[in-house]
Amino acid sequence: MPIDFLLNILVAGLLTGLVYGLMALGLSAIFGVMKVVNFAHGDMMVVAMYATYTLYTAAGLEPVAALPLVAAGLFVFGFALQRGLVNRFINATEHMQFLLLLGVAMVITNGTLMVFGPDARNVQLDYAFDSYNVGPLIVDKVRVIAAGVAGGTALLLAAFFRFTVTGKAIRACADNFTGAQVVGLHVNHLYAVTFGIGAACVGVAGTLLLLITDVHPHLSTDYTLLGFIIVILGGLGSLGGALLGGVLVGLSEALSGALIAPSLKSMFSFGLLILVLLLRPQGLLGKQA
Amino acid sequence: MSGVSENRVLAGSPSTGEAARGGLIADVPRRALILLGLFAALLLVAPATVGDYLLSVMILVLYYAYLGLAWNVMMGFAGQFSLGHALYIGLGGYTAGALFVHYGLPPWFGMVVGAAVAAVMGGVIGALGFRFGVKGVYFALLTIAFAEFTRILFDHWGWVGASSGLYLPVEYRDTDDLWLLRGSATMFYYVILAMTAGAFILCHWLLQRRVGYYWQAIREDQEAAQTLGIDVFRYKMIAVMLSAAMTAIGGVFYAFYYNNLYPETIFSMHRSIELMLGVIIGGIGTLFGPILGAIVLTTLGEMLTGLTEDLGLDGIKQMSYGVALLVIIVYRPGGLWPWLRRRLGLEKPR
Repeated sequence: MPIDFLLNILVAGLLTGLVYGLMALGLSAIFGVMKVVNFAHGDMMVVAMYATYTLYTAAGLEPVAALPLVAAGLFVFGFALQRGLVNRFINATEHMQFLLLLGVAMVITNGTLMVFGPDARNVQLDYAFDSYNVGPLIVDKVRVIAAGVAGGTALLLAAFFRFTVTGKAIRACADNFTGAQVVGLHVNHLYAVTFGIGAACVGVAGTLLLLITDVHPHLSTDYTLLGFIIVILGGLGSLGGALLGGVLVGLSEALSGALIAPSLKSMFSFGLLILVLLLRPQGLLGKQA
Repeated sequence: MSGVSENRVLAGSPSTGEAARGGLIADVPRRALILLGLFAALLLVAPATVGDYLLSVMILVLYYAYLGLAWNVMMGFAGQFSLGHALYIGLGGYTAGALFVHYGLPPWFGMVVGAAVAAVMGGVIGALGFRFGVKGVYFALLTIAFAEFTRILFDHWGWVGASSGLYLPVEYRDTDDLWLLRGSATMFYYVILAMTAGAFILCHWLLQRRVGYYWQAIREDQEAAQTLGIDVFRYKMIAVMLSAAMTAIGGVFYAFYYNNLYPETIFSMHRSIELMLGVIIGGIGTLFGPILGAIVLTTLGEMLTGLTEDLGLDGIKQMSYGVALLVIIVYRPGGLWPWLRRRLGLEKPR
């Protein structure tokens, strides 16, 4: 195995992993704040990918230019979903919330299937095959863009939670629900904002992923499961953990895909998920339960 | 508020200790018995009166009713959420299918082996999950992970045909061979009817026994159940293994009815979801809920597919399932059966 080849694979895996990480960040933020497991996460991702695809084919908008639009659209969708549906179930049992979002997921997936059909779609960019040569490395331009924007978005989000008043208020709700109500925070509104932010993360991640890969409706389940693997690996509710988990899964997928067989790559992810669930259910960076 | 705890099982009042001794039907209201008898009679004579298409739909209804009853043992009775039951369908189907294809062994033998394999697998997942304290949604994810892991494994296992699938030999024949399960749709109808009836009676019986009460105690409050001296681990294991074995037998039926097995479809998470949807819509934890749910869902799916055939709308059936799930979860979280039972006046006098 030539070392150059291995390095190239690792870099590609790392860059894709950052986008995965951003997707999982949304899932983790929603769970961390309102303890709701968003089973429709991958479906929101696929919606974002189709939105990007439509904006590109219908309006000629570059994915990177479409990004704010898609993110805003997904924010509104997430906000409305939380306000209209999820909020009624905020105190329901875990499995009822799970089933509710499963229903939402089924409606979204099959909605996209009915609108766009089962075929894979992608955007044909003129710079799709450009790459940078850095020493022995050949790095795809699209992957660099995707990873750069994903990392930037993650930083922005971290700054939002740390420095803005709304961000601090959301963290207060996550830390102590009753306490947040006592000091007069509008918890329901903040929950909806959080759901919107989580959805917007997925929106950005979906747009970026369309630079690298195709989209078809049945990817949604794969992305939902991938999101779960990543956040459980990193620790549900931990934002840094989601990024770390994303990178780890990106690397493991790239390595097992190149060294063993591409079709076996998700088997390793599921194996990893089983081990983490059993041995370290709080995840790598999660707090002790 | 939990959907499960709102329900009362058909035969679930604390006074059934006597009923258990008095036989299976002692605790069931007369009116329910009459309706059940009518329903059974209708099912028994159906193949003589309906066409091929309707018969195939009825087989599908009974198949999902059977799987729902099996899933319900674990989730509805013992409160353990599994989202990976496709694993057991696949294990049952593949075990019996491979034994038949490679060694010519009859499905009834494969059924026993497949159920045993599934029970062991369920036992492994249950033991790991329960011992390591994996709960709720995490436990559901663990079951998904095992199912997906196995799916990819079978995708690469040459002996069972890997990703190109395992085919059971099909030949034209005039007679039904019940021993090898080769024959007409009518034969398959009666086989699945017998399986569903058997599962229904088994569930009814279990709920009247000690184990049924222990399960419900665990479902409602595990800590309280443990405090009362119930061996929680043991009874949860019984539920998982029994549910897995029952599901695997459904998988054997699938293998011999459809004659082809692909890891991609049989182990897929969509199967796991499909088989529990009927139970949720009918009523988790109820006896008749899985059957009612299968009737409602399959009819809905088939009607919509038939109506929109010309439009070429691919996802319409699954879409309607999703909408049905949402409507039930939001407006009637206990499911349809508790409501219908009240309407039919089948509530037990208290």
